[in-house]
Amino acid sequence: MDFYLTALLQGLCFSAIALGIYISMKIFNIPDITTDGSYTLGGVVTAVLLTNHQPTYIILPAVILAGATAGAVTGIIHTKLKINALLAGILVMTALYSVNLTILGRSNLPLINLPSLFTIVNVVGDTNQNTFWILAIFVILITFLIGYLLKTDFGIAMRATGNSESMIRSLGVNTDRMKITGLALANALTALSGYLVAQFQGFADISMGIGIVIVGLGSVIIAETLINWFKLTSVWLSLVLVLIGAVIFQLVLAFTLSAGVDPKLLKMVTAGFVLVIVSLPRLSLLKSS
Amino acid sequence: MITITDVHKIFNKGKANQVNAVNGITLDIKDGEFLVVVGSNGSGKTTLLNLIAGSVLADKGGINIDGSDVTKLPDYKRSPWIARVFQNPLSGTAPDLSILDNFRLASLRTKTKGLSVGVNDTFKKQVQEKVASLGMGLQDKIEQPMGTLSGGQRQALTLLMSVMDSCKVLLLDEPTAALDPRSADVVMRTADTLIRDFNLTAVFITHNLKDAFNYGTRIIQMVEGLIINDLSGTEKTSLKQNDLFDWFA
Repeated sequence: MDFYLTALLQGLCFSAIALGIYISMKIFNIPDITTDGSYTLGGVVTAVLLTNHQPTYIILPAVILAGATAGAVTGIIHTKLKINALLAGILVMTALYSVNLTILGRSNLPLINLPSLFTIVNVVGDTNQNTFWILAIFVILITFLIGYLLKTDFGIAMRATGNSESMIRSLGVNTDRMKITGLALANALTALSGYLVAQFQGFADISMGIGIVIVGLGSVIIAETLINWFKLTSVWLSLVLVLIGAVIFQLVLAFTLSAGVDPKLLKMVTAGFVLVIVSLPRLSLLKSS
Repeated sequence: MITITDVHKIFNKGKANQVNAVNGITLDIKDGEFLVVVGSNGSGKTTLLNLIAGSVLADKGGINIDGSDVTKLPDYKRSPWIARVFQNPLSGTAPDLSILDNFRLASLRTKTKGLSVGVNDTFKKQVQEKVASLGMGLQDKIEQPMGTLSGGQRQALTLLMSVMDSCKVLLLDEPTAALDPRSADVVMRTADTLIRDFNLTAVFITHNLKDAFNYGTRIIQMVEGLIINDLSGTEKTSLKQNDLFDWFA
C-alpha cells in the first residue's frame, strides 16, 4: 500500500509539470520541451539554496523566477527569431544542462538531514501522510491560482492566443509577448515540480529531468482523453483532470514496477504507456468505422 | 478618416517570385464612408486591406487613421480604431472559447486585458441582448464554444463583436465568400445596419458584383496594385450593375 501512496505523492509532485505542459501544449498550442531543463533547474536551485540554509520564502520565488526565465528565453527565441518552437525548446534545454551543472557544482547533491518544505510544518505524525497534506495544499493552491488566471480577461486572451492568432491580434493583443509570458508561466510551473521532487526524494541530480517532459505530456493526454470523453468545457474541471492525469500516470508506473517489470525498462514502459493513451482514441475510432 | 499616401508594397523583392502587390496608391477615405473594393485575384485588394489593418507594413508611403500616423504600427496596436472581419469565418473568432469569452475579448479591443474576472452576470445579459438582436436564436447558446456554430453564424457574431467596443473603422475582407447565399445575405445586411447605426467607416472587399452594386457609398476597382476606377456619391448610385460587369470585361 505504501508503494501506491508514494506513487500518489509523486503524482502530486508532478502535477505542477502537468499544469505547465497543459498551458504550453493545450492553451498555447506550442510543443515546448524546455521542460527537461527547467525541471532540473528547479531542483538544482532548490538543492543549492537548501544546502546554503535559505528559507522557503526565498527558495520558492527563486525557483519560480529561474523556471520563468528559462521559458521566457525559449519564448523569445521562438517569437523574435522565428525559430520553430520545438527547436527553440531543444536549444534552451541543452544550454540549461550546463547552467544546471554550474549551479549544482557536481552531478548529485544529497539533501539528507536538511529542513525541507515537508518538515517545516507537522500536520500529522506520519511522514508520508504529512507530506501528502502539504503537497495537497500546495497543489490546490497552484491549481486555484492558474484556474483563476485563466478566468480573468488576461487568461481569456491567453487562451485565444493559442486558438485564433489572427483574431486576438486584431483585438489588440501582442501575441509574441503573450507567448513569451505563457512559456515563462509553463516553465515556472515545471520548475516548481523540480522544487517539490528534489525535496521529496531528498536529492537533486543533474539527470533528474531526462525524459520528464513525457510525464507531463502523458498526464495531459490522459486528462484530454477524459475531457473529450465527458465533453467538458469548464476550465476548472479541465485543470482538475490534469491533476488526476498526473496521479493516474504515476499509479500506472507504480503498478508496472510492482508487477515485476525490470526498472531498467521503466522509461520504455513510460513511452509505451503514453503511446497507448495517445493512440487509444484513434484505435477505438477505427473499430467503430 | 483613413488617408493613404503613395503606399507601395512589394513581396519577395529581388527574387524570381517578386510580387508588386500595391504600386503607389493614394486614397482618402472619409469619415462614415462605406468603400467597396473590387478587382480580380492578385490585384492587391487584400494587401491594401492588410496595409490598413497593419498585418503587413508598407515599404514606402504613409497611412494615417483618424489623425494618427499608423504607418509603422503593427496590427495589434491599430485595434483602438480598427475592427476586422476575415474571409475565413475561423479567423475572426476563437473556436474553443465560448461565445461569451469571445465577446469579452471583443469588448476589450481598445483596452488592456487585465487580471480581473470580467465575465459576470451583467456582461452576460448585455451579450445576450446583443446576440438576440441578430434573430438567430443564439442568445441561449452563449456558453457554447464558438466552434460549434456554422460559418454564417460566426461571421454574423464577428460583426457584432466589432461594435462591442468603440470602433471607427470596419474592415471586411470578403466576409461572405465562404458562406451560402442565404447566410451571406444575413451577414451583409447585418454589416450594412451596423455601419449605418454606428456611423463606421468601412472598407469592404468583394468578388460579388451584386453586393458591390447594392452596398456602399463609394466603389473603387483595383488592377495590378493601382486604382483604376473610383466612383462615389451620385456616381455610385447611378452606376448600373451591367457597368460593373463591363469593368471586368
